[in-house]
Amino acid sequence: MSEGALLTIEGVDKTFGGGRTLFGQPRPAVHAVQDVSLDVQPGETLGVVGESGCGKSTLARMIVGLDAPTGGRITFDGRDLAAEAGRDLRRLSRDVQYVFQDPVASLNPRKTIRTILEAPLKHLTDLDAAGRRERLEELMGAVNLAPSFLDRYPHEFSGGQAQRIGVARALAADPKLIVLDEPVSALDVSVQAQVLNILDGLKDRFGLTYVFISHDLSVIESVSDRVAVMYFGHVVEIGTSRSVFGRPRHPYTHLLLNSAPAPGRRSLSAEDAHTELPDPYNPPPGCPFVPRCPRATEICSTAMPPLEGEAADPGHRAACYHPHEHGAP
Amino acid sequence: MTAVESAPIQPARKASGRPSATRLLLNNTLATGGLVVLAAIVLIALAAPILPLADPNVTAPANRLLRPLSEGHLLGTDALGRDILSRLIWGTRVSLLVGISATLIAAFFGSLIGLVAGYAGGRIDTVLMRGIDMVMAFPYILLALAIVAVLGPGLLNALYAIAIVNIPFFARNIRGITLGLARREFVDAARLSGKSNAQILFIEVLPNVLPVIVITMSTTVGWMILETAGLSFLGLGAQPPQADLGSMLGDGRKILFTAPHVSIIPGLMIFVLVMSINLLGDGVRDVLDPRLKSGALSRPVARTAVTRQGLVPDAAPDPAAVLDVRELRTEFHIGGEVFKAVGGVDMRVGKGECLGIVGESGSGKSVSAMSIMGLVPTPPGRITGGVALLEGEDLFSASDERIRQLRGSAVSHVFQDPLSTLHPLFTVGDQLVEAIRAHEPVAKSAARRKAEELLRTVRIPNPAERLKAYPHELSGGMRQRVCIAMALAHDAKVIIADEPTTALDVTVQAQVLSLLDTLRAERDTGVLFITHDFGVVSAICDRVAVMYAGQFVETGTTEQILSSPAHPYTAKLIDCVPVLGEPDRRLDAIEGRPPMVNDLPKGCAFAPRCPRARDTCRAAPIGLTELGDGRTVRCLYPLTEDGDE
Repeated sequence: MSEGALLTIEGVDKTFGGGRTLFGQPRPAVHAVQDVSLDVQPGETLGVVGESGCGKSTLARMIVGLDAPTGGRITFDGRDLAAEAGRDLRRLSRDVQYVFQDPVASLNPRKTIRTILEAPLKHLTDLDAAGRRERLEELMGAVNLAPSFLDRYPHEFSGGQAQRIGVARALAADPKLIVLDEPVSALDVSVQAQVLNILDGLKDRFGLTYVFISHDLSVIESVSDRVAVMYFGHVVEIGTSRSVFGRPRHPYTHLLLNSAPAPGRRSLSAEDAHTELPDPYNPPPGCPFVPRCPRATEICSTAMPPLEGEAADPGHRAACYHPHEHGAP
Repeated sequence: MTAVESAPIQPARKASGRPSATRLLLNNTLATGGLVVLAAIVLIALAAPILPLADPNVTAPANRLLRPLSEGHLLGTDALGRDILSRLIWGTRVSLLVGISATLIAAFFGSLIGLVAGYAGGRIDTVLMRGIDMVMAFPYILLALAIVAVLGPGLLNALYAIAIVNIPFFARNIRGITLGLARREFVDAARLSGKSNAQILFIEVLPNVLPVIVITMSTTVGWMILETAGLSFLGLGAQPPQADLGSMLGDGRKILFTAPHVSIIPGLMIFVLVMSINLLGDGVRDVLDPRLKSGALSRPVARTAVTRQGLVPDAAPDPAAVLDVRELRTEFHIGGEVFKAVGGVDMRVGKGECLGIVGESGSGKSVSAMSIMGLVPTPPGRITGGVALLEGEDLFSASDERIRQLRGSAVSHVFQDPLSTLHPLFTVGDQLVEAIRAHEPVAKSAARRKAEELLRTVRIPNPAERLKAYPHELSGGMRQRVCIAMALAHDAKVIIADEPTTALDVTVQAQVLSLLDTLRAERDTGVLFITHDFGVVSAICDRVAVMYAGQFVETGTTEQILSSPAHPYTAKLIDCVPVLGEPDRRLDAIEGRPPMVNDLPKGCAFAPRCPRARDTCRAAPIGLTELGDGRTVRCLYPLTEDGDE
């Protein structure tokens, strides 16, 4: 199913630290992302959901070339993305852009919005001064901001406006793929809707593809065509948004959905205390969810289950030996 | 999505309440004094060539060692009969010049090393900083002596020596700042905008480091002048006959007893010069340093000031309520402007009841809650009206000591970020024991047993072991449980929980919420729960108050409010959030922004964003209307009446 994919990730690992000290002692290494494989079709929105420490941001940074994977392959449009990022990040940045979680921290406090938005135009496109001016106005219009804002400084903006500037910067070089890393988590709920609506409109208008990362299940459900659920560096379930949220197969996805508060839902089903993630310095050989899993058996702690599709819907895959079957709640 | 309209333009508020940097500096008397003295010295030194001064280097053996105030020589003459006033002014000129140039040289190279080391990191950082460490390991005077010994004595060589000796100071400071900045998101953003490393370092990072460089320079100039004087005193700096303050001091040393003025006058000059520079430098640092700018220098007092104007509302306490707050008003006075953060709020929390306050950031929900126990920092905050009754006792008129007793015992708090609420250097057990013993005179061992019991209450597995853990060794959920345990230490009547689960993951949030819910049922504790999330509200709260621009716009039971919101704001707030299980729901964004609380409209604060607003809404303040069943709404045209009169 990777035919025609815009972005393909195959068996990607990312380890931080590691290596040896001056005296040959091995250094501890954190396994942030382990053996992740997925692909993104042109024009779709792939949601990546998971809790803190699950590796979703690391995955995002690898897709835009800010971090290099320690293993596996990332291919964008047929090009080896990791190698290209190391050689010439500019070429990659023309096609793949990033929107940061904290809108204010991602804007340099001592630069005007004009300077900030002009940087990608200057370095990533061939526009001349007049063309850049025109494009700036167009960008501000696209994110619903008045052009007079261009000469203001970031601290003069509210979170929602700052995030729209962040989106405009990502759009500047006319990319094909935008990675959105928790783009609305830092925003108030009323502003969150504004930004989500703008993102939705831009996608159709510019023919974009999104990788949308969030910890908020309801946001992910409302924006995504397909969803990947991550736990402790692994993709544990992937499928269309409708099937993952409607018929979750992995016990972790179940837990997530039952834990999420929703207006009108009185009782949350909460598991008892033991919820700590396994030690990332020393990941277990089997499924990392075993200590919290009500369905775990012996086989689960011996080897990581493969990500397998179900018979009726091969696109809906879960990494579990005992997945919830069809019809299960 | 609404039609593409031009964005809501907030008029630029040029006249901001924050005083300018110059005004702040001039407010500081000592710094202003330093500035005046320094300016005078610099002006005189600069004017030296045009002042009617004797030639500083012309000797006149006949007039040697004249006392000050003698004719023709205001400050007397030295051992060779040279005019001391003239030499002092010319010498100051030299000392200033050397001090400032040495600072500039040290700042340039030191900052460059610091920037590169901090930005590049890894091996480059190690090599550069170990080199700096080696320079620092030498006693500075020895290093300066060694440099002068190699280069030969002379003012210029002394200048180089001092500059080199001070490079590490700059390098370390700047590296620290750069290290923090280089990991910031805007640096990543610049990289993705196609900027090269050099461009990022000098165009993005440097402007943010510049204030620190200026601060460091302003505090080192004085030090450099002293060092120059020291080297000249030893005869390694200015060579005769050139005057500089250090060499003048050195010349006078031998005749200190016979002619003290020859050494005392340059000594005093050094003192005044360095003192004025240091005072000014401290002032500059206070103004420029962002940490001090944010008001850390004006230390808040232990309790919010209460200046209630007018009538205190008739305080007939509601017998069913544990906490009964009426007409609470809290304001912030910043630079001549008044921010009405809370404008008349009534809250009632019954025994074992959970009241939720829902609102967006800046709506005043946290300030309302913090006002109750006087936790709003003063200055700039103050409570200007209302009463807070804890079982009938007015908290705003209670003594400071009484409030101290109640804090953490009858009323306790749980905050958003457990990592910053818990002290990082003490174990969880120590902190719990301290919290217990603060209000209860028990032995340490007994307190420890109680602490263990508390951890068991909040369902922490293996509590005896966990007591020995430091906060950073626990996960976020565990830390928040510890905070809840601490809040329960003294049978609190009311727990004020300020976004206690916002920083937690959903699965952990569910646990903490159900824990809080169980505990308040078990112990009959009232909970004031502040959140922005209607999902969380429905999981735990009995009643809800929706807050907007410092006022409650609607109150009622959770069910009523969620199923049939009466205020348009509540309705919009519910509609703009995606709901799990309803992916096709259209998100109805609220256009515009909440009003600033220092510039509230006369009528309804929500009117500018409200689709149902009419002229009457904007005309006058709107009171809370009873809708029955204890439900109130602050709206002339609530949604329950279909909007028609």
